[in-house]
Amino acid sequence: MHLLQLAVLLPFIGAVLVPVFYSYMKRLHPGIVALIFPVAAAALLIISRLSGQAESHFAWMPRLGLNLDFNLDGFAFLFTMLITVIGALVIFYSVHYLGRREALGHFYCYLLIFMGAMLGVVLSDNVLSLYMFWELTSISSFLLIAFWNHKEKSIQGALKSMLITVFGGLMLLGGLLTLVSITHTFSIREMLTMTNVIAGSPLFTVALVFILLAAFTKSAQFPFHIWLPDAMEAPTPVSAYLHSATMVKAGIYLVARFTPVFAVAPLWIYAVTFAGAVTLFWASFNAVKQRDLKGVLAYSTVSQLGLMMTLLGIGGISLHYHHDEIFYMSIAACVFHIFNHASFKGALFMVVGIIDHETGTRDLHKLGGLMQVMPITFTAAVIGALSMAGVPPFNGFLSKEMFLSSMFDSSESALFNPVLVFVLLALVIIGSIFTFIYSVKLLKDVFLGERHALPKEAHEAPLAFLASPLILITIVVVTGLIPNILAPMIEAASSAVLNKPVDHLHIAHWHGINPALLTTLTIFVLGTLMVLYFSKWKSVYKLQPEHWTFNTLYQSALKNSEHLSYKINHSVIAGGSRLHLVLIFGTFIVLTALALLFAPTGFGKWQLADIRIYELILVIIILVATYMVVIAKSRIFSIIMLSAIGYSVGLFFVFFNAPDIALTQLTIETISTALFLMCFFHLPKLTLYGETAKFKLHNAAIAILTGLSVIVIGLIAYGHRYYPSINEYYIKNVYELAAGKNMVNVILVDFRGFDTLFESAVLGIAGIGIYTLIKLRYRKDDSNEQTEK
Amino acid sequence: MEIIMIILAGILVAAAVYLILSRSLLRVIIGTSVLTHAVNLLLLSMGGLKTGAIPIYGETVKRYVDPIPQALILTAIVISFAITAFFLVLAFRSYKELGTDNLAEMRGVPDDEQ
Repeated sequence: MHLLQLAVLLPFIGAVLVPVFYSYMKRLHPGIVALIFPVAAAALLIISRLSGQAESHFAWMPRLGLNLDFNLDGFAFLFTMLITVIGALVIFYSVHYLGRREALGHFYCYLLIFMGAMLGVVLSDNVLSLYMFWELTSISSFLLIAFWNHKEKSIQGALKSMLITVFGGLMLLGGLLTLVSITHTFSIREMLTMTNVIAGSPLFTVALVFILLAAFTKSAQFPFHIWLPDAMEAPTPVSAYLHSATMVKAGIYLVARFTPVFAVAPLWIYAVTFAGAVTLFWASFNAVKQRDLKGVLAYSTVSQLGLMMTLLGIGGISLHYHHDEIFYMSIAACVFHIFNHASFKGALFMVVGIIDHETGTRDLHKLGGLMQVMPITFTAAVIGALSMAGVPPFNGFLSKEMFLSSMFDSSESALFNPVLVFVLLALVIIGSIFTFIYSVKLLKDVFLGERHALPKEAHEAPLAFLASPLILITIVVVTGLIPNILAPMIEAASSAVLNKPVDHLHIAHWHGINPALLTTLTIFVLGTLMVLYFSKWKSVYKLQPEHWTFNTLYQSALKNSEHLSYKINHSVIAGGSRLHLVLIFGTFIVLTALALLFAPTGFGKWQLADIRIYELILVIIILVATYMVVIAKSRIFSIIMLSAIGYSVGLFFVFFNAPDIALTQLTIETISTALFLMCFFHLPKLTLYGETAKFKLHNAAIAILTGLSVIVIGLIAYGHRYYPSINEYYIKNVYELAAGKNMVNVILVDFRGFDTLFESAVLGIAGIGIYTLIKLRYRKDDSNEQTEK
Repeated sequence: MEIIMIILAGILVAAAVYLILSRSLLRVIIGTSVLTHAVNLLLLSMGGLKTGAIPIYGETVKRYVDPIPQALILTAIVISFAITAFFLVLAFRSYKELGTDNLAEMRGVPDDEQ
C-alpha cells in the first residue's frame, strides 16, 4: 500500500480502533491511544514528501470516475502538516480538557474521522473523492459540534453549521461536475492544464459561482459566516482544531486550488477579494463587542479567513497578467498567513479553554486580573494575541506586513481603478484596526484590571494541559524571529497554488520605511487609543438595531420556509378529495388547452356514418336522463334515471350491430340497478351538501370544460387515422384458425384470452373484497383483530 | 353520426364530472357510472360506426362492423361493474362506520403538528 493511502487511512482505522480499545481498557485515557494515529500519519507524509513519492492511485470505481488519487504537492503538504500536527496537539490537549465522564469513545471516533476526511480533502486529486471527503468533514464537524447533545444550543449550532456547509457542499458538487462536463476529466491536475478550454466554455461562469459558494460557506465568508460563532458550542479542542486551524481553511484551500482555473476571469478576482475584505472588516468589527471569549475568537477567525481570501483574490491577478510577478507575493502572504493563523489561533483557543476550565467562565465581564494567578497562560495569551494583532516580532506581524503591501500593490493592476483600491484599503485598514482592538482588549479584560468573584478558584493549569498551547506559541515565536526557515515550504506551496515556480522568497522584518510599515504604525496608534477610550465610542454598536442581524435573517428564513411548506402541505393534502379531483381535472383541462394552443391540428377528415332517426331519438333520451340525474333530489329518481341512461346505451349497442355487448350491458345494468337499490336502502337520503350557487358554478365550469376537452380530443382523434385497423386479420381468421363464428367471443377467449382471464380475476377480487368488507369487522377497542359474528 | 356520438359522450363526461365533484358520496358513485357509459360510447364511436354486418362469421357477408372495440367494451363493462359493486359496498360500510356520506366531513387524520 502506498504511503499516502496509508496516511489517509490511518485516522479512519483509529476511529474504529480507539472506541473499541476504550471499551476494554477503561483506565487508560483513549486520547493517549488516539495520539498514535496523527503522529504516524504525519511521519508517513513527511517520509513520502522527502522520498518524492508524492502521488498515489487507487482505482475504486473507475467507471464512475471515482478513484482515490492522492497528490502531495507543496500546498497540500502544508495543509497535511497543519492537520496532523495540530491534530496531535489538540488530542493531547483534550486528554486534560475532557473528563472521564464524557463520552470519550465517541469524541475520538468523530475527531479521527474528521482528521481523515480533512486529509482526504487536501490530498485528493479526483474531484469526486474531494467532494466525498468534503461532505465527510461537514458530517463529522456536525457530530463534534453537537458533542454535548444534551444542550439545546449545541444542537442548534450543529444544525446551523450543517445546513450552511452542506448547502455549500452541494454547490461544490455542482461546480465540480460542471468542470468535469467541460473538461471530461476527473483529475484536478488535468483540469489545471486545460485552463483555456475551461475559460472558453459557456459553463465557465456557472462553475465559478458554484465553486465560490462552496468555498465561501465552508470558510465562513460574509454573509455565510453566521454558522461559525454558533459552532463555538463545541468542546474547545474541537473549536481549536476544526474552527480555527483546519476545516474553515478548506474553503481557502479550494479557492487556492482552483485559482489557476478561474483567476483569468475578473469576476473571480473581484468576488474573492471583496468577499474577503468585507468579511475581514465586518467580523473584526463584530468581534470587539462579543462578551464570550470564544465568541471573540470565532469572529476573529472569520475575519482572518477574510484576510486570506482577499490575499488569494489579489494573488489571482498574477495569472491574469502574465508578467505581473509582484502578485506572487500575495499568494506567498496567504500561504504564510494560513500557517501563522493556524499556530496562534490554535494556541489562543487552547488558552481560552484553559481559562474556562480553571475559572469556570468565559464571560469577559466576569474575568479580570488573572495575570498574577495564571502567569504561564498569560504569557501564551499575550504572544498569541499580539501575533494576531500583527505586532512585531511575532509571525502575525510578518504576514500582516505582506498583506498590507499586497493591498497597496493592487493599485498596480489595471483591474482595480482608484475607487476600488480606496474601498479595498479602507475595508482592510479599518478591519486591521479592529483586529488590533479586539486582540488587545481580550488581554486587557481577561488578565488586567481587578479580579471578580469566579465560579472556581482560579489557579495555574497543570503543565501537561499547557503543553499543547505552549508548543504552538513556540512555533509562533520561532517563525516570527527566523521566518526564513519556512521559506522553502512557502515557496513550494505558492508554486503549487499558482502552478508555476515561485522562488527567491525572502521574509524579513525590515523592508525599510514603506507604506505598509507606516500603515501598521498608524494601526497600532489608533488601535491603542481606541482601546483606551473604548467606553467613549462603544455606543457605535448600538447603532445596529438588535434584530437586524444575519442570524435573525437566517432564523426567519428557516422558520418561514418551514411554515410555508407546512401551509402548502396542509392546504393541498388536507384539502379533501374534492380539491384533489379539481386539481386533476384542472390539470387535464390545462394540458389539453396548452396542446391545442401550441400544437394546433385541424379536425382532419371524418368518415361519417349516416344519421338515423331512431338513433337521434335515443340521443335525446340520454340527454334528458342525464339532465335528470344531475338535478335529481331523491335517491330513487336518480337511480332510475341512471338506469335509463344504461339501457339506452344498451340500445345503442343494438343499433350499432353489437349484440354481445348489448346483451352484457342490459344484464349488468339490471344487476347494477338492483345493487344500487339494495345499498341505497341502507344509505341516507340523498343530501346536497353545501350546494351553494357558487359551489355549483365552480363545479359546472370544471365539468363543462372537461366535457369540452373530451369532445375536442375525440373529434381531432377521429379525424386523423394514419393506419388501417388490424381487424381484417381477426375477421379473416376467426373461422379458419379459431373455429368460431362469433368474432367478439373468439377475440375474448382465443385471440386475446389473457384479458378475459384477468377480467375474471377482477370480478373475483371484487367479490372477495365485498365479502370481507361486510364480514370482517375491526374495532379500535378490540385488543386483537377478530371477526364479528 | 360519429360527431353526434362524440359530443354525446362529452356531455356525459361533463355530467359525470359535475356529479363526482359534489360532496355527497352517492352522487359520486352515480357520477362514476355515468362516466363508464360515456367511455364505452366513446370507445365504440372511435372505432367507427360504419354500417356493416353483425360480427358473426357468414359465408356471404362482405363487410362487418369492427369486432375489436366490442371486445374491449365487453371487458370494460364487466370491470366497471365489479368496481361499482365494490364501491357501493364500501360506501355502505363507510356510512355505517362513520355515520355520514358527506365527503367534506370525511377528512383525514388530525394535524400532527401546529
